[in-house]
Amino acid sequence: MSTGVAAAIRPRVGSRRAYPPVRLAAAVVVAALTLIPLGYVLVFVIAEGPAQAAELLLRPRVGELLRNTSALVAAGCAASAVVGTGAAWLVERTSLPGRPVWTALMAAPLAVPAFVNSYGWVSVTAAVEGFAGAVLITTLSYYPLVYLPVTAVLRGMDPAFEELSRTLGNGPWRTFFRVVLPQLRPALLGGVLLVGLHLLAEFGALQALRFPTFTTAIYDQFESTFNGAAATMLAGVLVLGCLLLLVGELRLAGRARVSRVGGGAARTAVPHRLGALTPFALLAMAALAGLALGVPLVILGRWLVVGSSTAFPIGQITEITLTSIGFGLAGAALTCVLAVPGAWLSVRHRGWVSRVLERSTYIAGSLPGIVVALAFVTLAVGYLPVVYQTSILLVAAYAVLFMPRAMVSLRAALAQVPPELDDSARALGARPSGVLWRVTLPLVLRGLGTGAALVFLAVVTELTATLLLAPTGTATLATEFWSNSSSLAYGAAAPYALMMIVISAPAAWLLTRESRREMGRA
Amino acid sequence: MTQTSERTQQQAVATDGLRVTGVRKSYGPVPVLRDVDLAVPAGALTAVVGRSGCGKTTLLRLIAGFDRPDAGTVTIDGRPVAGPAGVLSPEARRIGYVTQEGNLFPHLTVAANIAFGLPRRARRARGRVLELLELIGLDAGHAKRYPHELSGGQQQRVALARALAPEPGILLLDEPFSSLDVELRESTRRAVADALAAAGTTTVLVTHDQTEALSLATRVAVMRDGRIVQEASPAELYRHPVDRGVAAFVGDVVVLPATVCGGVAQCALGGLPVAAPAAEGPATVLLRPEQIALDGGDDGVPAHVVDVEYYGHDAVVRLTLGAACQVTARCPGYALPAVGAQVRLAVRGEVGVETGLG
Repeated sequence: MSTGVAAAIRPRVGSRRAYPPVRLAAAVVVAALTLIPLGYVLVFVIAEGPAQAAELLLRPRVGELLRNTSALVAAGCAASAVVGTGAAWLVERTSLPGRPVWTALMAAPLAVPAFVNSYGWVSVTAAVEGFAGAVLITTLSYYPLVYLPVTAVLRGMDPAFEELSRTLGNGPWRTFFRVVLPQLRPALLGGVLLVGLHLLAEFGALQALRFPTFTTAIYDQFESTFNGAAATMLAGVLVLGCLLLLVGELRLAGRARVSRVGGGAARTAVPHRLGALTPFALLAMAALAGLALGVPLVILGRWLVVGSSTAFPIGQITEITLTSIGFGLAGAALTCVLAVPGAWLSVRHRGWVSRVLERSTYIAGSLPGIVVALAFVTLAVGYLPVVYQTSILLVAAYAVLFMPRAMVSLRAALAQVPPELDDSARALGARPSGVLWRVTLPLVLRGLGTGAALVFLAVVTELTATLLLAPTGTATLATEFWSNSSSLAYGAAAPYALMMIVISAPAAWLLTRESRREMGRA
Repeated sequence: MTQTSERTQQQAVATDGLRVTGVRKSYGPVPVLRDVDLAVPAGALTAVVGRSGCGKTTLLRLIAGFDRPDAGTVTIDGRPVAGPAGVLSPEARRIGYVTQEGNLFPHLTVAANIAFGLPRRARRARGRVLELLELIGLDAGHAKRYPHELSGGQQQRVALARALAPEPGILLLDEPFSSLDVELRESTRRAVADALAAAGTTTVLVTHDQTEALSLATRVAVMRDGRIVQEASPAELYRHPVDRGVAAFVGDVVVLPATVCGGVAQCALGGLPVAAPAAEGPATVLLRPEQIALDGGDDGVPAHVVDVEYYGHDAVVRLTLGAACQVTARCPGYALPAVGAQVRLAVRGEVGVETGLG
C-alpha cells in the first residue's frame, strides 16, 4: 500500500514540469557570469587567428613552460596519489597506533596555503628551488585532496569484499590491487583531478620556488608589460590544460559502478595487523606530518619570535585582518546567494537544462584564478570601467572561482528536502514564500553554512586573483604576506600568515564538526 | 599442473569434511563461543541456526579464518587450519564464502566476478564461467553484465557461482537469503539447493530462519548462548527437540503439565505415548499443534473452539479444555470447525517430555 502511494508521488521529484521562469532566469544569469572567463579566452584566441596564435605560442619560452607545467602536473599528481592513498590506507585499515591523532593531522595541511608552506622552506634553504622542490612542496600541500576522498571511501567500503577476495585465494597485497584499488578508483581520480587543477593554478608557491609555469608566466607577463595579448594566449593554453584534465578524468572514471550493491549497514573492518612493520609505518606518518605541517609551522613560529626583521605594526595588521574578513564574508555571502537558483533547479528539476547550468559553474570553478582575474580586468577596463579597481569586481571574481564549493554543499542539503514537504506545507495553508522561509530554509541552513565556510576559507587564502584585482592601496592578509615574503622580509611576513591561520580556524572547526556529524549519521 | 595434482592428493587423503573441536572465542570480557564442537561430513549441508547474537556468525568467521579462535581446533578435509599449531590465512584454506549481501565486486562483470578466484590462466577461458552460470541457472547472456544490472536473487546466485568456481573444500553461507524478499527467497533457495546438490560441496549454512534450515539442510545444529545445544537431522530435531527452547525455536509448540508413568504421559489431553524414555513423575509434555486432530470420535477429549486463524492451506484453531487449559491445533484448511463448536480431540504420534523444573 504505502509503496504504491510513494511511487505515485515520486515521479514529481524529477518531473518534466515547466521550469519556474524567475528561478530559471536567475540560474541562467549566474551561469553566464561564471562562463565569462572561459568565453573571454575562447573569443580572444579565435579572434586573434592562427597566425597570431602561432607567433605568440611557438617560442622556446612557451616550450619550456609547457615542459615545466606538464612535468609538474604529472609528478605532483602521481606523488599525491601515492602519498594520499598510502596514508589513508594506513590510517583507516591497519592497526597503526594513534588513529584519532593521524586522522586530524593528515587533513590539516589544507589549512596551510601552499605559498605559506613554500615560504617556510625557502626562507631556510635555497635547495628547494626548482623542479624537485616544487614537486615536494606542492605534494605536501595538496596530498590531502586525495587523502580525504579516499579515506571516505575506505571507511564506507564493506570489509566483506576484502574477506571474500581472501577466501578466493588472494593474499593481502593481491587483494589490495585487485579489489580495494579498483573501488577507490573514482575517489582517487577525483582527488588527482583536483590536485592537477590546483597545480595548474598554483602561483605563489611556484613563484617563490622559482619554478616557472604557465600561471607564473601569465602573471609576470601581465605585471611587467601589461601585455594582454601574450598573457591571454598563454591563458588559452592553460585553459586547454584544465579541459584536458577534466575530460581525462571523465574518460578514466569509466562506467563501472562502485557503490555497494544492496542495502544494509557495512560492518567495521578488522584492521590489518602491521606487526613488526609498525615502527616503519609510524615513522613514515610522522615524517609526512612533520614535513607537511611541522616544518612550515615551526619556521613560521621561529620568524615570529626571533626574526630580526619582525616588526609588529598592530594597527596595520588589525586593519588588514579586518579587510580579509570583510572580503571573506562578502565573498561567501555573494557566492551562496548566486548558487541558490542553480542548485535548486538541479535538484528539483532534473533535466539537461539544469544539468548544463550546474556543470557550467563547475567548469568556471576549475579555471585558475589567474585566468579569471585576467578576463575580469580586461573586460572591466574595456567595457565597464566603473567597476574597475573596485571591491565589487574582486568579490565577483571570488564568486566565480568558488561557486562549486557552495553549489556542492547546497545541492546536498536541498536533496535532503523532499518536495512532499513543500506540498504538505502548502496544504496546511502556507504561501510559497512562507514555505521557503519556514520549511526549506531551516532545512538547508546547515548545508548553506558549510558552503559559506568553504568559500570563506578559500577567499581568505586566495592570492593570485586578489593580486590582480584588489583596488590599489587595498591589501589582504594573503597579498601583504606575499609582498613581504617576496621581498625577503620573512619576519615581517610572518604575522600575516599567522592571522590567516587564526581567522581560518573558526570556519575550519565548523567544517570538521560538520564532517564528524556526517560520519555519525552514515 | 602442480596445483591440480595437489588438490587430488588432498581429496584422496581425507574426505571427512569439516571438524570443529572445543572452539572458544571472546571479544573482550564477553564470551561469544563456549566450547563449540561441530562435525560436517563431506558432501553434507549442515545448517547452524540460532537467534541473532548467539555466536553463529562468529563461528563461521573462525572457520573462514577472518578471525582466530582463543582455543580449540578447526580441521578442513583432515587438514588443521586453526589450532595450537597456528592459524592458516583465509586464502590458504580453500573455502568458498557467500555473504548476506552477496558482495559481488562492483567494478567487475559477472564473468570476471565468477573467474576472480581462478588461477590467472584459467580466468581467460570462458568454459568454467559458462559451466557455473548453467549450474546456478542463469543464461550465458548475463556474463557481461555488471552486478548493479542484476536482481538481488541473481546477485546471490552469482555470488554462489563465484564461491564454487575454485572448487573449494568447504562452502560457507552466511544468511545468504535474508536480504531477499519472500518470493525471491523461495526461488533463489531452490536454485542454490539444486546447484549445491549438483556440486556436492560440503556446506555450512548459517541462518536465523528455521524453515530455511529444516528444508535445505541434511543436518541442523541449534546454537544458543555460544553453545550448540542440539545437532540432528531436520526431522529428528523437529520431532524430538532436547528442550522447550529448541522446540519453540524450530516450530510452534504446545506445552502441558503432565505426570509420566510407564512410558505414558498423563495430561489434559489424556494419556500420550512418550517418544524417549523419561523419568517417572511430574513433567512437561511438548507436542506440535498439527499432532492434535479435531476428529477424535467418541473417546476423544472434549474441547471448545475459541478462535480460528485461517491461512488457506491450513488453519490454527485455539481450543479450551475445561476451565483453565488452552491448546492450539493446526488443521487442514478444508475441514474447519465453526467458532463456538464442540469438538473431540485426539493426539497423533508420540510426544516429547521435559522433566525437572518445568
